[in-house]
Amino acid sequence: MRPKVDRIARPWGDRAPYGRGEAWPVRVDSYLEPGTTADAVERWVPTASLLHSNGDAMEVAVAHDRIVGVRGRPADRVNHGRLGPKDLFGWQANHAKDRLTTPLLRDGGRLVPCGWDTAMDRIADRTRELLDESGPGAIGFYTTGQLFLEEYYTLAVIARAGIGTNHLDGNTRLCTATAAEALKETFGCDGQPASYTDIDHADVIALFGHNMAETQPVLWMRVLDRLAGPDPPRLVCVDPRPTPVACRAAVHLAPRAGTNVALLDALLHEIIRTGRIDRDFVDAHTVGFEELAERVADTTPDWAARICDVPTRKITEAAEILGGAERLLSTVLQGVYQSHQATAAACQVNNLQLVRGMLGRPGCGVLQMNGQPSAENTRECGANGDLPGFRNWENDTHVEDLARIWNVDPSRIPHYAPPTPAMQIFRYAEQGSLHMLWITGTNPLVSLPDLHRIREILGQARLFTVVQDLYLTETAQLADVVLPAATWAEKTGTLTNADRTVHLCEKAVDPPGEARPDLDILLDYARRMDFRDTDDRPLIGWHDAESAFEAWQECSRGRPCDYTGITYDRLRDAGGIQWPCTEAAPDGTERLYTDGISWAAPDDCETYGRDLLTGAAVSETEYRALNPDGKAVLKAAEYVPPHERTDETFPLQLITGRTLYHFHTRTKTARTPQLNAAAPEVWVEVSAAEALRHDVAEGDLVEVTSPRGSVRGRLRITGIRDGMVFLPFHYGYWDTPEGHRPGTNGGRAANETTVTDWDPVSKQPLFKTAAARLTLVEHGDGTGSPAPTTTASAPADPRHIPPTAGGPAAVAGQSGGEP
Amino acid sequence: MTGIQIVLRTLHDGERALERELLAAADRHRVEHEFHHVARDIARWSHEHAERIAHAAEPHDLHLPGPTDQPEAAPPMATVREPLGRTLGRQPNPGLLLLRDLRDLHLAATENSLSWEMLAQVAQAAGDAELLDLAAACHPRTLRQLRWTNTMIKTLSPQLLASL
Repeated sequence: MRPKVDRIARPWGDRAPYGRGEAWPVRVDSYLEPGTTADAVERWVPTASLLHSNGDAMEVAVAHDRIVGVRGRPADRVNHGRLGPKDLFGWQANHAKDRLTTPLLRDGGRLVPCGWDTAMDRIADRTRELLDESGPGAIGFYTTGQLFLEEYYTLAVIARAGIGTNHLDGNTRLCTATAAEALKETFGCDGQPASYTDIDHADVIALFGHNMAETQPVLWMRVLDRLAGPDPPRLVCVDPRPTPVACRAAVHLAPRAGTNVALLDALLHEIIRTGRIDRDFVDAHTVGFEELAERVADTTPDWAARICDVPTRKITEAAEILGGAERLLSTVLQGVYQSHQATAAACQVNNLQLVRGMLGRPGCGVLQMNGQPSAENTRECGANGDLPGFRNWENDTHVEDLARIWNVDPSRIPHYAPPTPAMQIFRYAEQGSLHMLWITGTNPLVSLPDLHRIREILGQARLFTVVQDLYLTETAQLADVVLPAATWAEKTGTLTNADRTVHLCEKAVDPPGEARPDLDILLDYARRMDFRDTDDRPLIGWHDAESAFEAWQECSRGRPCDYTGITYDRLRDAGGIQWPCTEAAPDGTERLYTDGISWAAPDDCETYGRDLLTGAAVSETEYRALNPDGKAVLKAAEYVPPHERTDETFPLQLITGRTLYHFHTRTKTARTPQLNAAAPEVWVEVSAAEALRHDVAEGDLVEVTSPRGSVRGRLRITGIRDGMVFLPFHYGYWDTPEGHRPGTNGGRAANETTVTDWDPVSKQPLFKTAAARLTLVEHGDGTGSPAPTTTASAPADPRHIPPTAGGPAAVAGQSGGEP
Repeated sequence: MTGIQIVLRTLHDGERALERELLAAADRHRVEHEFHHVARDIARWSHEHAERIAHAAEPHDLHLPGPTDQPEAAPPMATVREPLGRTLGRQPNPGLLLLRDLRDLHLAATENSLSWEMLAQVAQAAGDAELLDLAAACHPRTLRQLRWTNTMIKTLSPQLLASL
């Protein structure tokens, strides 16, 4: 292993091979800013990564009250010392010159600096006016997957019991809502069944719409190290792009967009037809097998091959590998969650694991993933369209339990209808019944679909918007009040990754100017609103991160996500701990469902379920009849064609997605020199055949147009499937002259083109099923597209394209064995 | 006309009408995105049902019209019901129009559900296995249409009505 590597050119660093069932070797990655040596570091402050969901444990190096670098923590269960490129370099965005340092208030059409008192009084006054005039339904909160657990929980109590509104959701609706919903539909309750350690034991890993190499690069290093070792696992990859995962797969299926259910139904058909089911497991732990078997009786590989445009032979090959696996691990991400029939498809992956009896044992399980660092916490805390602690809003006992913890009357917690999902909150704002929207740590003016519409909604004079962020984002530019927030390393709190591992992120340095931790801002608001409980005491009885965490522990007690055995001190000592962690399981819980299904009984479940096609609620009575003993539910689903079809005007299927080097709307990664240089500008991907058909070449400036809008970028020719065009969704306008919208050079944000359509079950918007056309704007000058060459956007013909590299500025340390 | 013929004709009319109403309502509420898309998805079920009913009716000497490729849009709320319909109908508010459409769709699906029930019953009485299979195959989807409209009303009405 080399001591130093350019981690832009080699994002996954060097290999530390290991065999099946062995421990993953340690490799400690580190980066200090140029001119700083380890001797100059005054202290190392423990934390975990914020720019993806993997939860890599790391330490922040501080010198002269300034962050000067990071290193991985070798003893942590998640990463064994490794860091991804965004972990290594992304902290530099904290130092950006354009951080917000003072609250801003709109005055005469302009945002002008004001003090905290003025800003917070304005928000509290407007809240009270609206409560008097229109009631709590006029007020909504749209949060993120990037705050800390303590902040979401505080926000949830404010919204649900303080204001009494149903309108609280996160941008996690765009990334993890389907993961949560699929787990709820199958297992009755949210909670990640598997663990990252299952990669150490699996002999087959199936990745469904999950470009793990770019979304969770450290987890992918674990897979790469297994692939380099003895007895490597075989990979099955479903992805229309030639991702690094696809390149290493034993079978790569690249289906037409929007056809995941057809493909999965065919895989289930084959596995059942060939008798590769675990009948004892199915009988003991599931209901619904007969209906599933009937549903997939006719969904043959031939049938699916026609719908998905994938060779029949490849479907049977994939089924053969999945059916023959001894230890099967499946993972799922946005290629399923943001595509047509999202929840239905994600549930079929659960079904695959269940009919094969692959659950709750080392190497056997499903990872319904998420994308953001604390997406999991929004789900637990009830900031993602659920009640805190995975409580069921339709179960009066659950609501009473929550009301007891908060010491309020149950009627103060709205539970007459499901919590409102984000896209419906924006619809209420559009339609005029929602008058105040408080946006924390997210940038809907780049990340939501159909941006023309979102700009109109947020631009309405009748909508009072508060934006709490680090920078003057596209969204903040349209706000009525802007609140400067502290970020990671400037505040303390916990976050929980995609395999239930909780980490403590400690404050290392002070925030700039008057910026404040999000928790402090929310507590300030609660004080000004003077929310009270039944005994006239303050509704929110905590005052800092640790006391907020302790309040959350009580709320989680006895629930699936039980945190009562986790303390700040333990997290400091032990590093990451997986919930549930209780007196009975003091070291946390590696896998759920090791001894049957635990939270699906009618009195315990988080939901009674929904119809996978319509989203219609299953009633409590029906659920009791269907699943009296609380087993896993094998929910079958019929394939339905996508809503927006290609035609002569819009002949291409349009999908959007991400790149390794950026996170979300680039607010931090574009302010990180190494990351921004690796992917500086939006690009457009098509296959060589499609380029020929359109008479365009690598590097040409092209326009992608859908019925809603268009985007311009330089063309990259890759091995993506024919008939498809891909746009990265990260790019917006804050670093263009126009600031928050397209200028004369056309659109740059992929979401100018995407459709307003969401999965009726999980309510997750669909970014991977639209129709578009591609036209030439001007031929290039022979230089290639600015897309990275190291990832799924790698050029089909690399001969004339300079490889992506970071040079001396991106050289990071890596050392084996010793910290 | 025999009892079976009467039920088949009623059901055929009902499924064709529901398809038309679903498509028309989807058209009226294009900006209610979830409603719009799901209404179109489940209109397909009614279309299939009407086809299967017409096919099953042939041996019973009942010649029902085949499906139209492009069902005509229903006239604006052909089936407005009293008295809530009239009260709501005077309001220009699109939220109220949506609730009214959902309610009408729910009632239309309920009529179909009752017809499927009658068909299953008469099929058993007459020992007609084919008609019994037809009802068993189609009735569950009608019930799903019913549950959907009910869920949408439960979800949307607090906000749409409390904000008036």
